Amino acid sequence: MQANVDTMPPRAAKAPEGKPKTVKMAAKLAYRNLFHDRLSLVVTLTGIVFSVVLVAVQCGLYIGSERMIAAMLDESKGDLWVVPLGTKSFDDPSLLIGHEKYAVLSTPGVADAEELVVGFAAWRKPKGGTTAVLLVGSDHENGTLKPWNIVQGSLADLDAPFSVAVDDTYFADLGVEKNGETAEINNTRVKIGAVTHGIRSFTTLPYVFTSLKQARMLLDAAGNQASYTLVRMQPDADKEAVRADLSARLQDREILSQSEFRNRSVDYWLFQTGAGSALIAGAALGMIVGVVIVAQTLYSSTKDHLNEFATLRALGASAGYIHKVILIQALLSALLGYSVGMILSLIVIWASKDTNLLIVMTPGLAVLLFALTIGMCVIAAISAIFKVTRIDPAGVFSR
Amino acid sequence: MNEKAQDNAGRKTLLQAKGIVKVFGSGAGEVKPLKGIDVQLYSGELTLLMGPSGSGKTTLLSILGCILSPTEGHLEVAGNSTEGLDAEGLANLRRRHVGFVFQGYNLFPTMTASENVMLALDVRAKPVVDPPTHALNALAAVGLAHRAKAFPAKLSGGEKQRVALARALAGAPSVILADEPTAALDAENGRAVMALLSEVAKDPNRAVLAVTHDHRTLPYADRIIRIEDGRIHSDERPKKDGSPPTYASHAGEGGHESHAHAGPASHASHSEPAKANRTTTSEKALGGRYRIRRHA
Repeated sequence: MQANVDTMPPRAAKAPEGKPKTVKMAAKLAYRNLFHDRLSLVVTLTGIVFSVVLVAVQCGLYIGSERMIAAMLDESKGDLWVVPLGTKSFDDPSLLIGHEKYAVLSTPGVADAEELVVGFAAWRKPKGGTTAVLLVGSDHENGTLKPWNIVQGSLADLDAPFSVAVDDTYFADLGVEKNGETAEINNTRVKIGAVTHGIRSFTTLPYVFTSLKQARMLLDAAGNQASYTLVRMQPDADKEAVRADLSARLQDREILSQSEFRNRSVDYWLFQTGAGSALIAGAALGMIVGVVIVAQTLYSSTKDHLNEFATLRALGASAGYIHKVILIQALLSALLGYSVGMILSLIVIWASKDTNLLIVMTPGLAVLLFALTIGMCVIAAISAIFKVTRIDPAGVFSR
Repeated sequence: MNEKAQDNAGRKTLLQAKGIVKVFGSGAGEVKPLKGIDVQLYSGELTLLMGPSGSGKTTLLSILGCILSPTEGHLEVAGNSTEGLDAEGLANLRRRHVGFVFQGYNLFPTMTASENVMLALDVRAKPVVDPPTHALNALAAVGLAHRAKAFPAKLSGGEKQRVALARALAGAPSVILADEPTAALDAENGRAVMALLSEVAKDPNRAVLAVTHDHRTLPYADRIIRIEDGRIHSDERPKKDGSPPTYASHAGEGGHESHAHAGPASHASHSEPAKANRTTTSEKALGGRYRIRRHA
């Protein structure tokens, strides 16, 4: 008798039919390895979440600071700015010599000119006490820079004599509680005619808006004087030619483009004062801490699963396959950590919305944070990959 | 016809090792576990590699499995020479032609039995129709289809080893190398696993080599190689009547060509009673989970 022996299971599976396909188990193995040790996972996620929140807040503060510094410039619509020589930023005002508007308007290629009067003033609170404010006087009818986000009163209310607009963020600093209250600016009584929301100042000096005429009066400026003259050119005008012409006509002043003035203001406050550097250093520190924590936990996880990786190697897995498993673990950690971190960051941002701190989350920042988190986890995976690279598959026989 | 030619008639040489020497360390710390080994594994047979501790069994297994490179000698697996291959080249050869069964099972604890098998398929990058069914079939072949969704922690030692065997089988390797497959098992499970290995070895395109200390495995062997002090001491096939084999200490200097002297007559003729005996044992060992089909 020929012994042709088959082993048959009690429930023999049906022979599969169809097109062959490769099996994809690396992601499942990575996922299971990751979730197998919950404590390690929690530590890993804590590290990533900490980093994401720290970097999000620091970068959000940076963007918020930039927006606060450039808020007035971003609201103004113009091509060139005539500014006093040596001006460091919009919030560092002094008065021009005078008559600039007429010189500008007589320059070929110029369509329009807008004067702004900006200066420091003393605000005397209704219940006593004084604080410094930055008074911004502009043409509310024909100009482009006007108070925005008005939540109480209206722009028209600012036409009334000695009427000003303040931001509700600074109510406590200004010693007021609502629209219609009165205070004194440089010993002149003013009435709050409008209240804005969210116009915050990087210098922490509250902005107080008023008309051009009243600003001149309150700051003791001459009728033909301004802090800045904003130039709008004719559509077909050559910007550099107009700038050269203005420079020739207006000696001892600087002619800056909108972007130059913006960059100068941002650069001054964020980098010359060191504030921005501190924010960037904080973000970098968050990244470093994240990399270290994730690297440590991934390395530890890899060590825990070393026998399994050696088995994979013995079964014929390529080094690339094993690296893929570790990298998928890192990427899964990144995705989870990023998701939780972003939720927490948005909560922090929401909680700070009515404070002096402006923390901003933009789609671009969210994408950047995602890329940073992925990069951080991939870098962290390198130590684990080095560990795995040294695996001796022969070790599987001694276990 | 000489004994060797007669004995291996109709069978393919799936693994061929010649003059294998392995040296670890150097100078005073030099260790030479293999001192010149010639061995061939043929399709359709289960070979046991036996020997005392420190005789070089595991080192030889590692070299035959393309995990270690020999210091000297030549190795061919399924017609592919390992000469000049780096770690990735050896891994590629293992992936395509070698299946392993480990003493400690080495299953992935976070994966179910079925997933363990599918993982091996993934590592082998071998496209299959309906991978889950393929894995289930591999488990069914070892009588564990009903435990496909169980994690290793929920499996007995015998079941774990059978999953490991299913994993090795899933990639349809030419050579299966088992390291002490019964060492961690009780008698019943040990018999079950050996019965399976014996069945697996019947494939005319596969050779099975099991390193073992366990004399209970002897009835399942088609061939027994004994290694001592890094040399092949004997290479025999069990007697026709199915009684335990005798070890002929006939190996010459260095053990070279030992297989040339090995042996009984035709495998087919001598193994019949033994196989019949094994089948009965495996049926019992598998707790009746298998239906053994006989064809006249």
